[in-house]
Amino acid sequence: MTDHEWGFRTRALHAGARPDPTTGARAVPIFQTSSYVFEDTADAADLFALQKYGMIYSRLGNPTVSAFEERMASLDGALGAVAASSGHAAEFLAIATLAEAGDHIVSSSHLYGGTITMFSNTLGRFGIETTFVDPTDVEGFAAAIRPNTKVLFTETIGNPSGAIADIEALADVAHSNGLPLAIDSTFSTPALCRPMEWGADIVVHSATKFIGGHGTSLGGVVTEAGTFDWGSGRFANMTEPVPTYNDLRWWDNFGEYSYLTKLRNDHLRDLGSTLAPMHAFLFLQGLETLDYRMAGHVANARAVAAWLKADARVAWVNYAGLPSSPHHDMATKYLPDGPGAVFTFGLAGGRAAGASFIESLEMISHLANVGDAKTLILHPASTTHSQLTDEQMRAGAVSPDMVRISVGLEDLDDILYDLDRALEAAHG
Amino acid sequence: MAERVAVPGWVPPSALQRKRILDNTRSIAIVGASANPSRASNFVATYLLSTAKGYTLYLVNPRETEILGQPVYPSLQDLPEVPDMVDVFRRSEDLPPIAQEAVELGSKAFWAQLGLWSAEAAQIASAAGLDVVMDRCTKIEHARFAGGLHLAGFNTGVITARR
Repeated sequence: MTDHEWGFRTRALHAGARPDPTTGARAVPIFQTSSYVFEDTADAADLFALQKYGMIYSRLGNPTVSAFEERMASLDGALGAVAASSGHAAEFLAIATLAEAGDHIVSSSHLYGGTITMFSNTLGRFGIETTFVDPTDVEGFAAAIRPNTKVLFTETIGNPSGAIADIEALADVAHSNGLPLAIDSTFSTPALCRPMEWGADIVVHSATKFIGGHGTSLGGVVTEAGTFDWGSGRFANMTEPVPTYNDLRWWDNFGEYSYLTKLRNDHLRDLGSTLAPMHAFLFLQGLETLDYRMAGHVANARAVAAWLKADARVAWVNYAGLPSSPHHDMATKYLPDGPGAVFTFGLAGGRAAGASFIESLEMISHLANVGDAKTLILHPASTTHSQLTDEQMRAGAVSPDMVRISVGLEDLDDILYDLDRALEAAHG
Repeated sequence: MAERVAVPGWVPPSALQRKRILDNTRSIAIVGASANPSRASNFVATYLLSTAKGYTLYLVNPRETEILGQPVYPSLQDLPEVPDMVDVFRRSEDLPPIAQEAVELGSKAFWAQLGLWSAEAAQIASAAGLDVVMDRCTKIEHARFAGGLHLAGFNTGVITARR
């Protein structure tokens, strides 16, 4: 008897969501409840001691959220998942589970600005030091590893630089040093890239973006492959007794399940950055059409990038889907169906022309988000990356004239019409 | 953790095969049962008693008389019936004689807990026709199909439109 391998689109519709056994409801019900009645006092005690599975309180778990978590785990090819209230919360939980004061992480310098700030500011104040390195320099990651390093971190597609991570090489560097590789895969989603197939151990997504897909809800998720050896001795908090749970040891009791079990029951418990069930429901709806939407986003993005590239009013276009991009080879390897729909360009006329261009758009939305079904535009240097120092901006490849676009699902002709009109106004 | 040496003639059972093994089991003997609530054997026993109530559970440990309100038997031979499954929580090097005991008793399945692996034990049990599972947790595998693992956000692999 062999296990049938269900396809991606089937799992996007079904994984984690069998019909409700009580009512037969086919859609996943929104369990809008804070807490769950125990069978008796022994049941309550067993649940609190992690000796049986079940619901206690929606900070720790909720059946609608569980359906989203299992579906994400399935689509990422992961062992499991834990959802969080935002992509940022998911990143913090992913790090908090494996690092503590006195530890060190090595990270790409081409991250979403808010993540760079979280790592350097909040993690720094909590005693976790980060070394930022050029994401295209695999040797740089290796050289930055110290005895107290706990993880290598990067983004599949850098925001906004568009640098594509050499996941396989980074996983080799991480594993040969006894470390896990964690990847933020928000810009690609599991429809375009599944980093675990290339050796990544932990994947983080902001579900707010393409997973939800409609710009309605904030959320995030951490998935883990379940193949990393947390019992090597390098991760004492995985192998030492846990006083808050009767001195159990995560690795001894939960084996491959220990990272996610610890993440949920130590850190989601303590931090409380929980995904709301209504948002989980909207993300489940988004996942049902993820593969189709990503194909549409990529098709429009390719056409918009090529159109901009050919326009004299545009000084440069950086989209890994264009053969002229320095990241084109990596994109071909890791993102064969297309390197997403978020990319950057600069106008002839620099920053002033860019500002005028953004203000002249009519249908395209000027806002701080990506991955909406609608086309979005932004000037990173004055918004998403504005809290970075000049040096951090240079290291992150954020230039003053850079415009970031998240290409949506409108009619291509209408996107080009709006861009053309605004370019004309900017160069009027 | 013991090295996962390949076992001639035995392939680790797939998820569906593990489900079938659990479905075909009515009685489980936990060899190496511990009274310490932080030990995996205590965890699994608590789970099986509270959640998987269809099983008759026997706890085996020569140094204990009662755990979780259940009687504890000194050895597999002392049980009131032949257990369908022998579920071992001992060191990997202790597994072969326990596998031999399971064969001699006439059990249907030999199961070694997460982290345990013995090619010799697996060969003894599988050559005698027993189902063999190693480096798996009965709690986790039961929960995979009974819904507990799903509630904890794990990938059960279950796709179904049935109620």
